Amino acid sequence: MLRILGKIQRLGIVTETRPELGEPALTEIGEQLKAHIGERFGGSLAIREVDAGSCNGCELEVQALNNPFYSIERFGVHFVASPRHADMLLVSGPVSRHMETALLRTYDAMPEPRLVIAVGECGACGGEFGISYASCGAVSNVIPVDGVIHGCPPTPLDLLRGILEAIAKRP
Amino acid sequence: MTPHGPLAEFPRRLADIGVRVEARESPGLAPTQLIVVKATDWSRLGIEARSWGCRWVASWGEEVDAEGGATIRINTCFEHAGAYLVARTAVPRAAPVLASHTTSYPAADRPERHIRDMLGVVFSDHPDARRWTRHQAWSQSEYPLRRDFPAAGSPQARTPADHQYNFLLAQGSGVYEIPVGPVHAGIIEPGHFRFQAVGETVLKLEERLGYTHKGIEKIAEGRDVDGLARLAARVSGDSTVAHAWAACMAMEKAAGLDLPPRAVWLRALMCERERVANHVGDIGAILNDIAFAFGFYQFARLREVWQRASREAFGHRFMMDCIVPGGVAADLDPRFIATMRDEARLLGQQIGKLMAIINDLPSVADRVRGTGVLKPEYAKALGCVGYVGRASGMDFDVRRDAPYPPYDKLTFKVPVHHYGDVNARARMRLEEITASLGLIEALLSGLPPGPVRAAWTHPAAGAEGLGLVEGWRGEILSFVRFGADGRIARFFPRDPSWTTWPALELLIHDNIVPDFPVCNKSVNGSYSGQDL
Repeated sequence: MLRILGKIQRLGIVTETRPELGEPALTEIGEQLKAHIGERFGGSLAIREVDAGSCNGCELEVQALNNPFYSIERFGVHFVASPRHADMLLVSGPVSRHMETALLRTYDAMPEPRLVIAVGECGACGGEFGISYASCGAVSNVIPVDGVIHGCPPTPLDLLRGILEAIAKRP
Repeated sequence: MTPHGPLAEFPRRLADIGVRVEARESPGLAPTQLIVVKATDWSRLGIEARSWGCRWVASWGEEVDAEGGATIRINTCFEHAGAYLVARTAVPRAAPVLASHTTSYPAADRPERHIRDMLGVVFSDHPDARRWTRHQAWSQSEYPLRRDFPAAGSPQARTPADHQYNFLLAQGSGVYEIPVGPVHAGIIEPGHFRFQAVGETVLKLEERLGYTHKGIEKIAEGRDVDGLARLAARVSGDSTVAHAWAACMAMEKAAGLDLPPRAVWLRALMCERERVANHVGDIGAILNDIAFAFGFYQFARLREVWQRASREAFGHRFMMDCIVPGGVAADLDPRFIATMRDEARLLGQQIGKLMAIINDLPSVADRVRGTGVLKPEYAKALGCVGYVGRASGMDFDVRRDAPYPPYDKLTFKVPVHHYGDVNARARMRLEEITASLGLIEALLSGLPPGPVRAAWTHPAAGAEGLGLVEGWRGEILSFVRFGADGRIARFFPRDPSWTTWPALELLIHDNIVPDFPVCNKSVNGSYSGQDL
């Protein structure tokens, strides 16, 4: 136990406060996000993520939002297991036909008002997979979408920015 | 070319027992041997391959024109001591019936059901009549990989849920069923797990996959080489480098294209970086699934640092689309040679320090030791590859046993364990990271000068190629056949997950339901890679 505490103390906090790779400061986006969440969601935005047929690239980057660099919970965002607890649905695509009903049921299980964001090129427009016998393409072909986050996959910072834009533009 | 190696005598052995074997030359498959046998001998081929000690690798079909009308050609790939052999046969499209290899090789079970769903080949003595890849998006009498099936299909306004799949039921006092998925609790891929349990003990787990089926094999048809490389890079996002490499290798072999040495060294550098990134992330995730948050966040931190460095050097956090037909998309700036070497050394040190803490905790050992044991005989029967196979005694690594450039010039350790539990699979990850960090150092030191991409030339229509690459999950097989004008006629990628998903069903037996997440994570099969 002492060694764990020692490691934690020596390492300090890696959570970022400064720009990385020439991108706008993470904290800047995060603080705006936190302000919007405070105002419109009572300080807490619950997100349910659904992989509706992706290659798993988007999921890895959504997961990264929880790592200590982004530490998305400090801005009031947390990922939930049940759609019934969710304010927002993050959907990566393309929506496979085999996931179409599961996605609709997840959406139907959410309380109103509900925000939907299509994640990644495939979620936004079908990407490399497009529409076929097996794929419905973009998420908006299956459920109403409030925002899209481009990128293949979008970086964690793209995801944060996209979530912010979606809740900021909501009237 | 006269075949040599451990399978050179195998065709003669078949001939000795009365199987008519025709050896064929196929430069795009070499050094893999190609033999053609009659459909009526298919069953005997499977039995003989098994008695010869071959591993069943993969099977794929395609519709082709032949004398006497449309034919469905079936290919099965075997491996023995690093030598590969593709056996080929054909059945008429009008009556596509073939013996199953599942009775000789349990590994053939789902792949044959996939071929049945996609091409309509009936494997006459297959023990499982249920569909596999097909849910409700196309009907039982339609076969997407047949030529008259349009890629657009004829979808319904809404594809219903596939709720009438017959899961095996356990019965008896106190037995109950737990359905999980396709939408899982975490931020992971979709699939369905059906547990039969008594109390907390799992009697039986059955997987139902196919939810992320995106028609990859079908939509590959007609693409140009760049388009296929992009598609291959998205077969499984976490293996984007390895799948792109395997597909490009197949296309390049079909075209008889020689790559500049620097290109293959850079591919290997990216592939080893991908291996390290995934293993680091998975060790953290395994620790998370035993509720050891400290370990999870520490390894998540290391993974993030690693991914950022990949982005700086290659322009993408996963190095997606960095491998292109003929080479790599961009050269490595020389300034990264020193920084990457330092990062590799630093990562090794950091992991060493963390493991000194983690190894000291009895509560971690208690959760991972003896949990989720995959017996070596099961791993062998299922032909498990990668860290799952190697944690259960399957001592095979394409890089070492069927080396492709640049691994033919490099030495590295391939760790093997025999207990087959979660602990062994986690140790495999650690030891593979160490080996990969050594490889990264060697690749950076020996990086040859020169161009990084060869000019592409279209191969003749009908040319075929086979790519075999050791991705981070294990052996990836990629088959490509060209049509006219350099367009793709057939693409089949076999992700290693095909061999490890069935292993999960066996290794969870008699474990407790709450240990399923850590068992699953220790295997970490790709849903997308197996669903195609």
